[in-house]
Amino acid sequence: MKIGVFICHCGSNIAGTVDVAKVAEMAKSLPEVAFASDTMYACSEPGQEGIINAIKEKGLDGAVVASCTPRMHGPTFMRTVARAGLNPYMFEMANIREHVSWIGKDKEANTAKALDLVRMAVAKLARNKPLFAKSFAINKRVLVLGGGVAGIQAALDCADGGLEVVLVEKTTTIGGKMAKLDKTFPTVDCSCCILGPKMVDVAQHPNITLYASAEVDEINGYVGNFQVKVRKKPTYVDWKLCTGCGACLEKCPSKKSPDLFNEFVGTTTAINIPFPQAIPKKASIDAGSCIKFKTGKCGVCAKVCPVKAINYEMEPEIVTEEVGAVIAATGYDLMDWTVYEQYGGGRYKDVITSLQYERLLSASGPTGGHIKRPSDGKEPKTVVFIQCVGSRDKSVGRPYCSGFCCMYTAKQAILTKDHIPDSESYVFYMDIRAPGKMYDEFTRRAMEEYGAKYVRGRVSMVYPSGGRYVVRGVDTLAGTQVEVEADLVVLAVGAEGAAGAAHLAEKLRISYDSYGFYMESHPKLKPVETNTAGVYVAGCVQGPKDIPTSVAQGSAAAAKVLALFSKDQLQSDPQVSSVDLKRCVGCMKCAMTCPFGAIKEQEVRGEIKAQVIETMCQGCGLCTATCPQGAIQLQHFTDNQILAEINTLLESELEETQG
Amino acid sequence: MTTLRYAYYPGCSGLGTSKEYDMSTRAVCEALGMELIDIPDWNCCGSSPAHTVDDRLAGALSARNLVQAGDIEGVDAIITPCPSCLANLKTSRHRLQKPEFRAEVNKLLERPVHGDILPVKSVLQVIVEDVGMEELRYRVRNPLKDMSIAPYYGCIMNRPPKIMEFDSQENPMALDNILEALGATVAPFNLKVECCGASFGVARRDIVERLSGKLLNLAAENKAQAMVTACPLCQMNLDARQNQINVANSTNHVMPIFYFTQLIGLALGFSQSQMGLEKLVVSPRELLAGAAG
Repeated sequence: MKIGVFICHCGSNIAGTVDVAKVAEMAKSLPEVAFASDTMYACSEPGQEGIINAIKEKGLDGAVVASCTPRMHGPTFMRTVARAGLNPYMFEMANIREHVSWIGKDKEANTAKALDLVRMAVAKLARNKPLFAKSFAINKRVLVLGGGVAGIQAALDCADGGLEVVLVEKTTTIGGKMAKLDKTFPTVDCSCCILGPKMVDVAQHPNITLYASAEVDEINGYVGNFQVKVRKKPTYVDWKLCTGCGACLEKCPSKKSPDLFNEFVGTTTAINIPFPQAIPKKASIDAGSCIKFKTGKCGVCAKVCPVKAINYEMEPEIVTEEVGAVIAATGYDLMDWTVYEQYGGGRYKDVITSLQYERLLSASGPTGGHIKRPSDGKEPKTVVFIQCVGSRDKSVGRPYCSGFCCMYTAKQAILTKDHIPDSESYVFYMDIRAPGKMYDEFTRRAMEEYGAKYVRGRVSMVYPSGGRYVVRGVDTLAGTQVEVEADLVVLAVGAEGAAGAAHLAEKLRISYDSYGFYMESHPKLKPVETNTAGVYVAGCVQGPKDIPTSVAQGSAAAAKVLALFSKDQLQSDPQVSSVDLKRCVGCMKCAMTCPFGAIKEQEVRGEIKAQVIETMCQGCGLCTATCPQGAIQLQHFTDNQILAEINTLLESELEETQG
Repeated sequence: MTTLRYAYYPGCSGLGTSKEYDMSTRAVCEALGMELIDIPDWNCCGSSPAHTVDDRLAGALSARNLVQAGDIEGVDAIITPCPSCLANLKTSRHRLQKPEFRAEVNKLLERPVHGDILPVKSVLQVIVEDVGMEELRYRVRNPLKDMSIAPYYGCIMNRPPKIMEFDSQENPMALDNILEALGATVAPFNLKVECCGASFGVARRDIVERLSGKLLNLAAENKAQAMVTACPLCQMNLDARQNQINVANSTNHVMPIFYFTQLIGLALGFSQSQMGLEKLVVSPRELLAGAAG
């Protein structure tokens, strides 16, 4: 076998701390290496041409590129090798950047380690075999998880592109956080008025199947062929019959049900439709506060329902959907701000979150759009806004900026003046972060036209005194302590991954960070992809973002799915397990350890043997480690290949011990 | 029942202005099955002046006490009633974990610090954690019925949280829970961890009059009949300076200021004189007579 070795400088990234010319020189003496050289940027066009020319001119059978991580350029060089006429799997990569040059400054040691990695790659490549991808059919349906504005946009774009969409929403209506907002910044549009038509489009689109009050139980399969179990949670109202007339709401005697949609400002009826524009506009029963469920007596809703839709016996229902791609758009939740004991830790009724304040401002909210204090229903004259509660605060484990709070706080200060012209608003802030079209102008308007008093500094404590609240903080620009007597205190609470986000990420087999936000495939270049093929993210599920960015991501994820589905068949990865029938004794231990159910029994001349279903195998290698016969081998990572690498690495040590 | 044994650091104020705190602490601890062994030949912790002048000197003053306490056998912790002493001892212990600081301090000491140092806790902390509220409730003979008391913790009892490692620094509950266990009514009080003015009583009395005045006003507004503290300096500002505060702010507070150990003692059945109540400037006699009747 004739192997070529190409050592990349990566500018000074590698060459700064690795003697690349020496590594190339020494590689020439390795067995089966017919050609070795160093190159400034292996991934550049001249770099790739150099590899192709060497393969052609020297008649090479394979290539080793020593450069960066294969996650970065593995596919690039596989294509290069293929363009030179070789099988793309006749290629190995040695990572001498992330694993060598970036982590050590000792040039001599680095050069030795780089050479070790190259030797191992050569030893493995000498045992590589050409592999060939197979094609498989894909299911051109898409699952969208989460019915907030990002999920709605993704679902509509996919559906308009001709795909069948399954939209799963946890609560009883789509709309997400945006539906709870009164107005949007910087245009002060009515939030529900601009979202409403999109929600209606979802309901009416022939390509969209909506499961509200539903969650995903289980996801199996792989890109192009996922099987999804959707659990429809009982609403105790038959939605096929319910017309949304609202007669049940009027008569329900249980008025103390926690009002989830209104962020627990006030209470609602046990049978409820969250808001007038809800999609689907269907009633559902909160079993936790329903008198019928608690005592067995009542049943008023069943009596008044003109279409007999109430069903107290309803059970959860599991529906299985087959899809080819998944878009996760499950959004965010507010962090648990009650850790801020200095702001009362939730003990003071008139210290509320900004999302609760949105509900007080909204005409469809619990106060009909009149700002009233939760404690006594009085109209507040002095409102204090505290920003960065659970943002940029390491002491509560939230070091990041939630991004949208500066803007909505400015909006709420403006709306407060609109609602109560003789009111005063104070905003305690750290910095104003308003990078966006017309955003900074908007915060200036809050200050200059609406007279919101911006105080640069943190609030040290809030305490009740004489029916009002003393807000004590610091004005760092004036260098003084400040005390404001407020009637209402609004906290701009930071965002974190939605409740249950981690659990869902594990079902989707994608990674998430310690705040519950999902990890994109690349922070700059693959913002809506994940590291699992066929799974995409959109909106706040990836990190806090405002409405236009969430909408843009919804569209971006939809575009990715449409591109994926533009082909009728996908290529399967040939790096899968395969069974050596001569060695297999049919013990089927491999089938028991396989997490993907990719191994089945087959009968060969009357004997039981294992068989790999290639499209289901994910190439994890568990079966290889399990097989007592060494009969099942992961292609491209066979025992022989791995052992060759280890033997090569330990060659010098072995020689020493053998004297 | 195993005896709880502690090395005890009374602090200088325990010999003077807060004698009644020391008296009541010793009596209550004994009654609760806690054995206190005074640190032999203890010295001043450095109070406020030492650490503002030289952190090594302050470290050495506290370190000497920590070393002396190491001579006492069979104890797991050093305890002190005074939050200011507590802060100094705990801060020094924390800094002495760093070898460089320890080496600097050891240069100043006749007996240098070696190895592990006993943990330092407040009397309040060990009553809450080692004795526990259940035990305390069980031992109460004369519940403090019909008394509404505001719990005031002061600013340094729980701060900085990484060093003090006890209770919440913003909304501590230890005194609240003790009052509740003693059968008293806990008056709502949201300035639990505010500053009383501390040692500014000497240099800038107006500051104490303003800050402590605010505390008394809020306690009175919330219908508290008395306040309870765990700090000699807070107690002195609120109690001994109450008249000055009244004059400066044109108020008429007659608010007894107890140490929490005095209230525990009363509930356990000790007499008023055993708890040193006659040493309080604002007399609690009327309040206690009313509650007893």
